[in-house]
Amino acid sequence: MSESIDYKLVGTSPVRPDGVDKVTGRAQYGADLNLPNQIHGKVLRSPHAHARIKRIDTSRATAMPGVYAVITGEDFPPPPEHGDVGGEAGGSIGDHARNIMARDKALYHGHAVAAVAARSLRIADEALAAIEVEYEVLEPVLDLDAAMAPGAPLLDENCFTKNLPEKSDKPSNIAEVMLLSRGDVDKGFEEADVIVEGEYRIPMAHQGYIEPHACIANTNEAGQSTVWCCTQAHFDFRAITAKVLNMNVADLKFIASEIGGGFGGKTVVYLEPLAVLLSRKARRPVKMKMTREEVFRATGPTSGTHCKIKVGAKKDGTLTAATAWMAYEAGAYAGAPMGPGALTVFVPYHLENFKVEGYEVLVNKPKVGAYRAPGAPQSMHAMESAIDDLARELNMDPLDLRLKNAAEEGTRASYGPKFPVIGLKECLRAAKAHPNYTRALPEGAGRGVAVGFWFNFGLQSSAEVHVNENGTVTVVEGNPDIGGSRASMCIMAAETLGVPYESVRTLIGDTESTGFSNSTGGSRTTFATGMAVVRACEDIIAQCRARAAVTWGIDEDQVLWVDGQAIPASGVNDELKPLSLADIAENAAKTGGPLLSRASLTAKGAGPSFSVNIADLQVDRDTGKIDVLAFTAIQDAGRAIHKAYVEGQLQGGAAQGLGWALNEEYIYNADGIMENAGFLDYRMPVASDLPMIDTQIVEVPNPRHPYGVRGVGETPIVAPLAAAANAVRDAIGIRIHDLPLSPPRVLAALDAAAD
Amino acid sequence: MNKIQVITSINHEEVEFLCEPQETLLDVLRDTLGRTGTKEGCATGDCGACSVLVDDRLVCSCLVLAAETGGREITTIEGIATEEGLHPIQQKFLDHAALQCGVCTPGLIIATKSLLDRHPDPDETTIRYWLAGNLCRCTGYDKIVRAVQDVARDLAGPA
Ligand code: FES
Ligand code: FES
Repeated sequence: MSESIDYKLVGTSPVRPDGVDKVTGRAQYGADLNLPNQIHGKVLRSPHAHARIKRIDTSRATAMPGVYAVITGEDFPPPPEHGDVGGEAGGSIGDHARNIMARDKALYHGHAVAAVAARSLRIADEALAAIEVEYEVLEPVLDLDAAMAPGAPLLDENCFTKNLPEKSDKPSNIAEVMLLSRGDVDKGFEEADVIVEGEYRIPMAHQGYIEPHACIANTNEAGQSTVWCCTQAHFDFRAITAKVLNMNVADLKFIASEIGGGFGGKTVVYLEPLAVLLSRKARRPVKMKMTREEVFRATGPTSGTHCKIKVGAKKDGTLTAATAWMAYEAGAYAGAPMGPGALTVFVPYHLENFKVEGYEVLVNKPKVGAYRAPGAPQSMHAMESAIDDLARELNMDPLDLRLKNAAEEGTRASYGPKFPVIGLKECLRAAKAHPNYTRALPEGAGRGVAVGFWFNFGLQSSAEVHVNENGTVTVVEGNPDIGGSRASMCIMAAETLGVPYESVRTLIGDTESTGFSNSTGGSRTTFATGMAVVRACEDIIAQCRARAAVTWGIDEDQVLWVDGQAIPASGVNDELKPLSLADIAENAAKTGGPLLSRASLTAKGAGPSFSVNIADLQVDRDTGKIDVLAFTAIQDAGRAIHKAYVEGQLQGGAAQGLGWALNEEYIYNADGIMENAGFLDYRMPVASDLPMIDTQIVEVPNPRHPYGVRGVGETPIVAPLAAAANAVRDAIGIRIHDLPLSPPRVLAALDAAAD
Repeated sequence: MNKIQVITSINHEEVEFLCEPQETLLDVLRDTLGRTGTKEGCATGDCGACSVLVDDRLVCSCLVLAAETGGREITTIEGIATEEGLHPIQQKFLDHAALQCGVCTPGLIIATKSLLDRHPDPDETTIRYWLAGNLCRCTGYDKIVRAVQDVARDLAGPA
């Protein structure tokens, strides 16, 4: 499977360099910094899911002792009319500005309408209570069917559906349509011996990072501001904050704290522009942190969805045609991951004839944000459930059916280009050969399999490498370390330079001290930033060869770099003693000064990553409760740099996917108020809910990365949804189409089948 | 508002602070005393990020009123390592890559200490139920449970 290359460090699992600070409580996360003279910011949020803001009177709040600043939408410049937020966050900058602070309309329960800064949190809360807002309450639009119905109340009178074959002059809650097709579906279905169809609904779900959003902004009289915050993307945060506040990027310095989870959710800006404005008005540092309830109500979960799938196949299992219809809730503003949902739905398969129709729909719920492989878990849950049904109809092993149709190098991907080398078949074969696939199941349990996928992204990254005077190495880069990436950078730098892991340290620079990098998102950090680190290390090697040549008085091309030292090319100058990185660094003053290098790039050639999951579940027929007996996550990582952290991504993604499949959901009442905005009722998996999660890392190296990295962070959450649904189908003989497979839903399905 | 004076012991050091009656131990630890190693994930007792020991009892510090802690012995994450170095639980968490973002880690280390103080040789189910009050969203718990098993094995010594 993997060609064997003799790496010393790549593929090992050393202790992370930031580890001791994280197990002793020293590491500083978003809410852990306090500045002298700081005051506290709080947000007033809309009590209505849909309302026009007619008047806001802040005079009483402003006059309260201990209140230093009060802001509303009026304190902001007009929302920018152009420009999109890049990466996986989605949507226009103007809509992000309105989401950060409502202007004329509040579009969801929890939408920010004003903010205060006060001496204490208690005074801040009292000041919020003293702000008077007059609302004209409007009818909320709370689900896809209601929002898409003709005559539905409109969230935005200026929203005209994008990408319609014919431009519409009627405003709509449908923000965007996407149509994809290939071949002739009618003919394809005619050729089919078996056709399966299904309709699947999944409610909104939250990333559920344990650390709530937090920041502290310190603005001076010249308007320059330093912002410390927990973010996956301090450079992107700087850019968005500058645009929302119409500031010069150079007047904003963003420092990324340690980050307590994000999963996409911390690529989106919420608090920082508020803190900057409050701090400008108050002329003091302003600290803001969300409560857990605010995180649920006012930050972006992922879309609730509705998907319809139809797939046809010949008796031998060859897929002949497929269609998908899907609608994704965007929440209050456009920017739902419907596009990636539509592009991934058929991605594992070689398909001549298909048609995909996607709708992105505004509803009065929070604006959705990126969540790990945004859009793919929902659409692929539908397709992978349908494929499972098809395997049953055909009486075929579900892995064999997938193997028969699996995409491989050269297959034209359903999203357009031909696949480069990919590892889907390798993952499917690994699953077939895995002992967990054939192990006997206990009575009443079921087994399900499913495929997952994510594109993985490249984008921009920068890195610098400094060689210290004793030959140790400092790597500086700009991607917040969300799951051990410092360790991966150290491994790649040490492997490239040929020095011990322990002699390299990686630090995350702020926006003023290192070059631009896009977010820690899109599974891009180890791939793209890693590539920049490797290039910068290669430059160091070139410099070391030159320095050795100077020292030895020979030509540079007579010097080789082998195992972390300069040696003379064989045959000539054999008497010269090799020079280590430390030797060269110690002598640097005499050979040209300190050794440092940098690399910046727009990384091309991110490698798609496929996975196959095997879930064993047991259903309690009396209560509807599901127990996870075993779970196996198999994924093509290209190459694992830090093996344990790659396993950790597979395990963590599996747990999140299982939570989504089995329990997690946003529950709304008829007024559009979320009824389970806390960890007690939004039930994420705890340790006693899960078994050990077996992993198998498949390595089909990505030829476009120096060490073969594909990116692993997002794919792991995709397959668990359908793997779990298929296991339940296997266990109880009933296909439950909707998620989550919570006890009431399972019981209802069992009851309905018994009638 | 009138403040209440409290004298207590944190990590075997006498500490004196003033607090408002409604302030929680978590607020005082983090905001008044600058011990930010104890984390806040929910402030409602549902995540365990704020776990500390009060007189050797595992509690969510967000559910304890600071005013009630007078005369107690409070152990926080800052008090787990010693002059000799990391506590074995801390070391095994690192060795097993049992943290990704690490924000749940202080709470989980405290909860693990409380578990092993009572059950030095727990089976997997005991570990999973004892740690069920501590949410981790990153790891899927696998490596955390293995780290705890490994500490317990070492505590048991060579068989
Ligand atoms: S912060 Fe105390 S349990 Fe979550
Ligand atoms: S490591 Fe991130 S929550 Fe546990």
